Amino acid sequence: MSEFPVELKFLPSHEWVRVEGDVVTVGISDHAQEALGDLVFVQLPDVGAELHASDEAGVVESVKAASDIYSPVSGVVIAVNDDLEEAPELVNRDPYHDGWIFKIKMEDPTELDDLLSASAYQAQLAEEED
Amino acid sequence: MGNKTALYDQHLACGAKMVDFSGWDMPIHYGSQIQEHKSVRENVGVFDVSHMTVVDVSGQEAKTYLQYLLANDVDKLTTLGKALYTAMLNPQGGVIDDLIVYRRIDGYRLVVNCATREKDLQWMRQQAQAFSVSLIERPDLAILAIQGPQAIQKIKMLCPQHQAAIEALKLFQGTDLGEWFIARTGYTGEDGVELMLPNVEVSAFWQRLMESGVAPIGLGARDTLRLEAGMNLYGADMNESISPLEANMAWTIAWEPQSRDFIGKQALLDEKTKGLKYKLVGLVLEAKCVLRAHQRVLVSGVGEGEITSGTFSPTLGYSIALARVPFATQGHVEVEIRDKLFPVKVVQPPFVRNGKKVFDL
Repeated sequence: MSEFPVELKFLPSHEWVRVEGDVVTVGISDHAQEALGDLVFVQLPDVGAELHASDEAGVVESVKAASDIYSPVSGVVIAVNDDLEEAPELVNRDPYHDGWIFKIKMEDPTELDDLLSASAYQAQLAEEED
Repeated sequence: MGNKTALYDQHLACGAKMVDFSGWDMPIHYGSQIQEHKSVRENVGVFDVSHMTVVDVSGQEAKTYLQYLLANDVDKLTTLGKALYTAMLNPQGGVIDDLIVYRRIDGYRLVVNCATREKDLQWMRQQAQAFSVSLIERPDLAILAIQGPQAIQKIKMLCPQHQAAIEALKLFQGTDLGEWFIARTGYTGEDGVELMLPNVEVSAFWQRLMESGVAPIGLGARDTLRLEAGMNLYGADMNESISPLEANMAWTIAWEPQSRDFIGKQALLDEKTKGLKYKLVGLVLEAKCVLRAHQRVLVSGVGEGEITSGTFSPTLGYSIALARVPFATQGHVEVEIRDKLFPVKVVQPPFVRNGKKVFDL
């Protein structure tokens, strides 16, 4: 059973977002990590990179497949989770906390309105299964 | 809803993620395929491979039949229980399947792949018409592979009444233990056995394996283990339109005695005369990316090839692959991954032996 923490927002492409002031932390959902299997490489964005919402920010790669990570909002990358270089499995083990991927300082907080709530994301997954 | 082995319920009880494998519901992993891979390299693990096909061949002309059917020569099986690895070719010299054949008291036992079951049986029966031979498929048998440096130790402990027989097993040799058949063969590059036993007995034995600390291993780890060991996967590294000579299987062809004719022999001889166009090589990528089947391999000044099997090697910490490339290829080549070119090193498989890297970079 996948987890859907209610305080988070989601992209249809399985990224999650935790909002703290004007900084958002981004990772991939429990459903996504489970579908990918053991991660072996994570390609992180550069600190300082300027991203628009929906830009490719990085890549997660498992034995099974490689999957692009998209930025949920526009802004500047202010931090990346360097632990994932040596331990990509953190994303599998703890996708919503220790497995965080990058932090971005938002340009336009209204972009958050375009994201899915946890229950909307969960509903989308249920629909995809049919 | 596909076919199920006798261990289906046990897999679920062990927390398996089940997937479809050629029409069978099989465990891809039980939590982490990388952990499972490591368990086999470092300790011991057990695979349910009951989806594979067991065919017993007996009758007056069993040996003659197999000497014609198979590219390797069963005459090499000079003692009871001895086994060999071979290709089964079509008249064009393409590989119908790869398999292991064991010599037994009443004939021979063949273990062929799951995905090729129908095709293989149809072909074998067709060829059998010219011989006094009988083919009996054995779906009543389950197959377990128990692999790893501690595998033999573990099996001896679980079957104390058969300790001596197990200890005496040489590589590529099998023996009957009552209704069970055990052989020192495997698909991981580690020491260990493959065990064929009645379906009605396998759940109880699986539980004993679990209780004794043997890790259940899924098909995901099976693939990373065999690729590290440089072993081919039928359907990926070779198929009916690929010659064994272009699939790193030349060593499995028994050319002597020259008087032995076998299906596909003439086609292989013609190919040798014309000169081989391709060969199967190992590739190693040290960048943080995974090599995958069908990615293009570019050999500057020579031509192009294709990856046939690729994966991440948990033992090495980077990606490895088998690739079919032009015969003249050597040294450094490039692989195209998602529109970027990555330099890779060509190496002779296997990549890992006794848990360690064997090639020079």
